[in-house]
Amino acid sequence: MLTDFNFRVILEYMPLFLEGLKHTVFIAIIALVLALITGIIACACRISRFKILRYPVITYIEIIRSTPLLVQIYFFYFGLPTLGVSVPEIQTGIIALMLNSGAYIAEIIRAGIKSVDQGQIEAGLSSGLNYVQRMRFIILPQAFGVTIPPLLGQAIVLVKDTALLSLISVAELTRSGQTLTSERFMPTEAFLTVAFFYMCIYFGLKTLADWSQKKLIFREAY
Amino acid sequence: MMAFYLSRLVEIFPFFLKGLWMTTKIAFISLIICTLIGFVLGVIRASNNVWLKRIVGVYVAFARGTPFVVQIFIVFFVFPEWGIQLEAFPAALLAMAIMGSAFVCEIVAGGINSIPKGQWEASASSGLTKIQQLRLVIIPQSMKVIIPPLVGQYVLLIKDTSVVSVIGVTELTRVGWITVVRIPEGLMVFALVGVLYFSISYPLILLSNYLERRMTV
Repeated sequence: MLTDFNFRVILEYMPLFLEGLKHTVFIAIIALVLALITGIIACACRISRFKILRYPVITYIEIIRSTPLLVQIYFFYFGLPTLGVSVPEIQTGIIALMLNSGAYIAEIIRAGIKSVDQGQIEAGLSSGLNYVQRMRFIILPQAFGVTIPPLLGQAIVLVKDTALLSLISVAELTRSGQTLTSERFMPTEAFLTVAFFYMCIYFGLKTLADWSQKKLIFREAY
Repeated sequence: MMAFYLSRLVEIFPFFLKGLWMTTKIAFISLIICTLIGFVLGVIRASNNVWLKRIVGVYVAFARGTPFVVQIFIVFFVFPEWGIQLEAFPAALLAMAIMGSAFVCEIVAGGINSIPKGQWEASASSGLTKIQQLRLVIIPQSMKVIIPPLVGQYVLLIKDTSVVSVIGVTELTRVGWITVVRIPEGLMVFALVGVLYFSISYPLILLSNYLERRMTV
């Protein structure tokens, strides 16, 4: 099955793979930071008292959650030029990933805030803290511990999602596998190597997520 | 110009419905396969057999650790080198089955592990066999933990069927991709594709929200 697995080709194409890996990590980090910002803003609007902030954000989250990421990527990739905006594919991809992950992160943070016991909020109220103080001193510190593990889970999903950008010809990891396949026709070598690199990132993040689960969940439990 | 494209789009709308039908077909068949295989694997993963557990663990790590696009490429381009040549449609189903069953497996294993050990012991001392313990005591109780995330996973799996368009299965995303070449109104075409996906996944999202509220104690 793997008897004629050609390591020499992999070595020859290693610079291409490493370049792709670099792009994947770079895109994932930028998209994650932007998505965190989007998510925090969206969550703040989502739990706000004002309908004018809440309803648009609910619509945004529901639209993102019920359509595939690939359709969202194509929507921006084919849609932005018709609006007269032409940006490079990589930026189109990052915008799509940011909006997609942002919606999920908003829900994760909201779940974290909701997980704080109602009695805590009442205790804060009766201590005479106002809304901002309650958020800052009581709710957010406790929500933080619950939020980190699922956020790392979302980071794993985000790294895997960057693979879809290969379909709009961004030169990331999966794309380098496609390049090797089309130049030498060696799909086995190409895609197993690509899979190997993704697995490395996955295990790194998974270990971090499991560790934080053990470390941080206890903090809100005492 | 916009109005012209809009009328063209209305003209080829049946093509979109065909794509929607294909997406529904892939989603439906693969959800059934994923659930069946996922339950079997989940039971193994929650069992005491170390070796079987490890093998399933490696499988799950591969399926969860690599992007679905890469898995599809492996099924469609690498499997033929190993003597498994598949048409696009069965290859799409196989890739969906590999990916989905791993996620279902984790949910099922989590559900089974959430049942206290005393339940196993009590059912064992009532003289039930291992299979009977699972079927009559453990699984029915763990269903409460399994079903809400399972329905949520179904939504994700339905959305993942969009990725099988890359190997040329003419489902909804592929239809949008073909259309956008002829009708260069990307926003309009993919908004329509999005609306059609919305129509199948949003009811399931509502169902999953409802189940989450009903079943969490």
